[in-house]
Amino acid sequence: MSANFPPPAESGSVIKLAILAVGGQGGGVLGGWIESLARAQGYAVQATSVAGVAQRTGATIYYLEMAPQGPVAPVFSLAPAAGDVDVMIAAEMMEAGRAILRGFVTPDRTVLIASTHRALAVSEKMVPGDGIADAAEVRAAAEVAARGLVLADFEAAALQAGSVISASLFGALAGSGALPFPTEAFEAAIRASGKGVDASLRAFAAGREAALAGNVPAPVLSSLPKTGGAAQGPTKLTQGWQTLVERVDSLAAPLRPMAMAGLRKVVDFQDLAYGAQYLDRLERAVRADSGSDAAFSIAAAKYLANAMAYDDVIRVADAKTRPERLDRIRAEMGGAEVMQLTEFTHPRAEEVVSLLPRALGQAIMDRPRLLGFIDRRVNKGRRLRTDRLLPFLQLHALASMRSWRMRSLRHADEMAHLDRWFEAALARAPRDLALATVTLQVRRLVKGYSDTHARGQAKFDRVMAAITLVEGRDDAADWARRLITSALQDEKGTALDGTIRTIESFLA
Amino acid sequence: MAERSFKAEVKHLRLGAGETFTGEGILAITKALLENGVGYVGGYQGAPISHLMDVLADAEELLSELDVRFEANASEAAAAAMLAASVHYPIRGAVTFKGPVGVNVASDALANLASSGVTGGALVIVGEDYGEGSSIMQERSHAFAMKSQFWLLDPRPNLPSIVKAVGDGFALSEASNTPVMLMVRIRACHVTGQFTASDNVRPPLSVREALATPQRDVSRIVLPPMSYAQEHDKINNRWPAAERFIRENRLNEVFGPGEAPVGIVCQGGMYNGVIRALQRLGLADLYGNTQVPIYCLNVTYPLLPDEYARFCEGKQAVLVVEEGQPEFIEQAFATMMLRSGATTRLHGKDIFPMVGEYTGQVMLDALETFLRRYAAEALPAQVRAPNTEAPAIPDLSKTVPIRPPGFCTGCPERPIFAAMKLVQKELGEHQISADIGCHLFASLPPFNIGGATMGYGLGPASNAAFDGGKAGGAEKRSIAVIGDGGFWHNGLSSSFGNMAFNKSDGVAVVVDNYYSAATGGQDVMSSRAKNPTKATNNPISKALKGIGIDWVRQVDRTYDVAGLRDIFREALTTDTPGPKVIVASSECMLNKQRREKPLRNAAIREGRRVEAPRFGVDEAVCTGDHACIRLSGCPSLSLKKLDDPLRDDPVASIDTSCVGCGNCGEVSEAAVLCPSFYEARVIHNPSPVERRLNGWRQGLIGWLARRRQSRRLSFEETAA
Repeated sequence: MSANFPPPAESGSVIKLAILAVGGQGGGVLGGWIESLARAQGYAVQATSVAGVAQRTGATIYYLEMAPQGPVAPVFSLAPAAGDVDVMIAAEMMEAGRAILRGFVTPDRTVLIASTHRALAVSEKMVPGDGIADAAEVRAAAEVAARGLVLADFEAAALQAGSVISASLFGALAGSGALPFPTEAFEAAIRASGKGVDASLRAFAAGREAALAGNVPAPVLSSLPKTGGAAQGPTKLTQGWQTLVERVDSLAAPLRPMAMAGLRKVVDFQDLAYGAQYLDRLERAVRADSGSDAAFSIAAAKYLANAMAYDDVIRVADAKTRPERLDRIRAEMGGAEVMQLTEFTHPRAEEVVSLLPRALGQAIMDRPRLLGFIDRRVNKGRRLRTDRLLPFLQLHALASMRSWRMRSLRHADEMAHLDRWFEAALARAPRDLALATVTLQVRRLVKGYSDTHARGQAKFDRVMAAITLVEGRDDAADWARRLITSALQDEKGTALDGTIRTIESFLA
Repeated sequence: MAERSFKAEVKHLRLGAGETFTGEGILAITKALLENGVGYVGGYQGAPISHLMDVLADAEELLSELDVRFEANASEAAAAAMLAASVHYPIRGAVTFKGPVGVNVASDALANLASSGVTGGALVIVGEDYGEGSSIMQERSHAFAMKSQFWLLDPRPNLPSIVKAVGDGFALSEASNTPVMLMVRIRACHVTGQFTASDNVRPPLSVREALATPQRDVSRIVLPPMSYAQEHDKINNRWPAAERFIRENRLNEVFGPGEAPVGIVCQGGMYNGVIRALQRLGLADLYGNTQVPIYCLNVTYPLLPDEYARFCEGKQAVLVVEEGQPEFIEQAFATMMLRSGATTRLHGKDIFPMVGEYTGQVMLDALETFLRRYAAEALPAQVRAPNTEAPAIPDLSKTVPIRPPGFCTGCPERPIFAAMKLVQKELGEHQISADIGCHLFASLPPFNIGGATMGYGLGPASNAAFDGGKAGGAEKRSIAVIGDGGFWHNGLSSSFGNMAFNKSDGVAVVVDNYYSAATGGQDVMSSRAKNPTKATNNPISKALKGIGIDWVRQVDRTYDVAGLRDIFREALTTDTPGPKVIVASSECMLNKQRREKPLRNAAIREGRRVEAPRFGVDEAVCTGDHACIRLSGCPSLSLKKLDDPLRDDPVASIDTSCVGCGNCGEVSEAAVLCPSFYEARVIHNPSPVERRLNGWRQGLIGWLARRRQSRRLSFEETAA
């Protein structure tokens, strides 16, 4: 099999190879295989690593140097140096970025073999919004920085083979041709290790194939919603659905996909009549939209759907009792025949009372002592074993309260909230369409349940209030966007406080 | 039982003369100890020498065959004190610990040992933890050798040199009646390579035999007037003896041409880095043949003025390659040169950075600067005037997130800190100190708990100023966190003794994960394992009761987040006087999985009933706020971007590495987060009754669910 990236002839006789991994990925195993491979091929080889706490989920480096056996032992370095690495193996995409950042990947010599999958760092995961680092930037940098590049999802390749990423990366190393050793020698190193040999060899083969395929382009996550409104169900309902679909089809082409996704969500949440209400509201937005790119209408289609399909206990119960959910979980757990399923819920009095008819619910909400009495009875963690009949029936019955939903206190509250927000956006549209669009996007801040929901609402209110401060300025939309971004940066709203203070300072 | 087993590698320790040993640095050190007739070994674990302790523990059978006593010492101080056996008896002893923190702990014993002087060779093997990957304050162990006057070896980082240094160390120790410290840096401990083995040697006098014929030498007792005499002995006899031995046995090495305008003086441990830089500058070959003379100090204390002067002869300038600060070696050379009136220019920290690791780039830059100044003609044209322009590589410093260490998947410490975070939400932020160990990761996001770490076993002691607590009129109490490793190392006496004696009003949490987990899962006094050679299964709560602390709450399942939160609340609000101690016990998941996974797999294979729990998140229910992650940080709880245009933010997602510890469910319940989490417990090999019951249930549930589905609209791609 042809080698993609043979070692450069003038690289001297030392091959310098570094592995950058996340603790627990088996970087040590991979290093051990490479070492025994090189030794078996008559090379003098030295491996080092930095053990210690970094191995507990931190970033860890393994480093090897090898050279053909000479008259005396070569003097090898114990650590990789910037600009002096021949093969860099990164077991994760941001670790590839770190390798480039540290200067271990240079165009004159380095073959970079990296897995494109992500193991997210805590700092990326904990922000209330989207804090995931941009892998495309790393890919772009890798294309400039590396002499040869092998990028593929080696984690997926290994999992499919029932093994771990160290084996598929070892295969990628073989496939890259960066080491002057035959494939059989690689496989022999795996066999010699004697542990999980068959699975490792399968993953090795998968990794090698991926490497021979070369630099695999990144999969494009479709940012455009799927079109088409195919729905199944009783004829009466599909006919009603068709009427709604026709209304969507009459909308401008750029708006249609988002409107269709929104309509589906709303109808799925409640019913066709509710879907019609959604389209009524959307059409008002369309009429107010004087822009050429339909940005305001698209934002309305998206956030109206999210606002109308709010997260109440009925929706949760519905989601948890659908037939496809059980099938999906079963598949994820390896298709087990017998599986116990426990749902973790923690209802509070507010959730229960908000299901009551509006007037009654409000009356209770207005009586803190009564609410407290109910809360003491309701408020506790409840675990439902939904693989059993009775707990399943509880949720099933709760889900069937859909028909009741429109009369509930929660619905009244949600609709009042929605109207205030939507009317504010519509009112801004004639004067400042960009600001009106961002006003719709503030809806992104409302999410979660219980305290999280309350915190989201509070941030929503503060951002809406702060927007009125900048309204009328030329850069109002920019400031509104900054408010949303900062509100999503941390839980307590510290960044949002800062942005609001900045606004207040230039208004003063 | 330690995290990594060396049972297979221990075979290499039996290799005989002429055979080739292949393996890691620490294993080579162990082999060298046996080849040099060591009589007793001990130490305390910690990176980078944890594995040395693990190797010794796994080699106990071989050690007892050779009549070598092995102790897993209670602390570095205990380990250093053990070397007292070499004071009066001609027995070689070696102990190992981490530097400089272990040396700090051991310094009392080391100072006494150095003053007494030794009869048998006494070797302290220190794993110096400086630079990348280090988990401790950045200091040098070198200063201890200078202040207490024991000798410091810093061999070149390859197996033959390290192995030779062990033998040299014992011989030097005996020749000069002085303990010797052998320093190996973190990478040298884990470096792999080969050396030619010798036969193992039984100690000429074993500790067993010595016990039968006790000896004492009054002159070696550290008491006046002997201690004054010992101070003179150090300078007048032991030092010259050491110098003589080092000179005669050529422990330091000189490489390269005899005559050159410049030279390099380096610590042995820096040698490979120096050669690599010279290779890159075109001044050395693969085998270390260098055009620039190198004086390689395999002994960095004491330094030999005559050897150094000879190296400087005829040289315009020398460069000292000495990592870390202060630059003790360079200062010593400067003194020598001032006294002798030498004219050679001395460089070191004026060219090298004062602080930080001497990485490949640092070394290359410094050597190039030095050579450009004094020997530019020696540099190849390519180095003198590089004509290639490197392409601009996009800056990723804003893109790549930092990846600090954190709790492992399923770690039992995670729920403890989740509970602490919850109780602080109720009662406000508290003064919290931490200790040394895995629990210190809680000081990083997402928990951000704990602001001080003053040393191993000193967590509660470092809160002593706040011991008054509410009883002293404050509104709140302080909280201290300590691990079980720290508890037994020094915590019981220095921290809890201090609390009890001073009637502290503070709260302390002992994170009991059954092991000295951060150092690699070694057993401690309270470990639950049955260890044939060590006394385990001694409850921490019993020890606390023994020193008069009565308010002790034992929690046997740390994953009970709500329960722990309530206990924290009680500890912080109770009127009971005196220390409030919570012992939170659950087994380290890393060790538990390693122990149980093979058993579980075997049970499944053999057809026995096994429950395998794993958690999941309902994508349709998760709203992407990530509050659960801010109370977890578990590697298996991650995020996923949905292919749904209506969603802006990624949702939580649990991958296949989940071990089903239960933290996600407990936290979402205790913190009233959201109903997104579910636990799916797969039953392997269910009983026939269970299978039938399940079939019946699932049939009915499936029918109900599908019936509803058929009465409503369903879309090709529903959000669920």
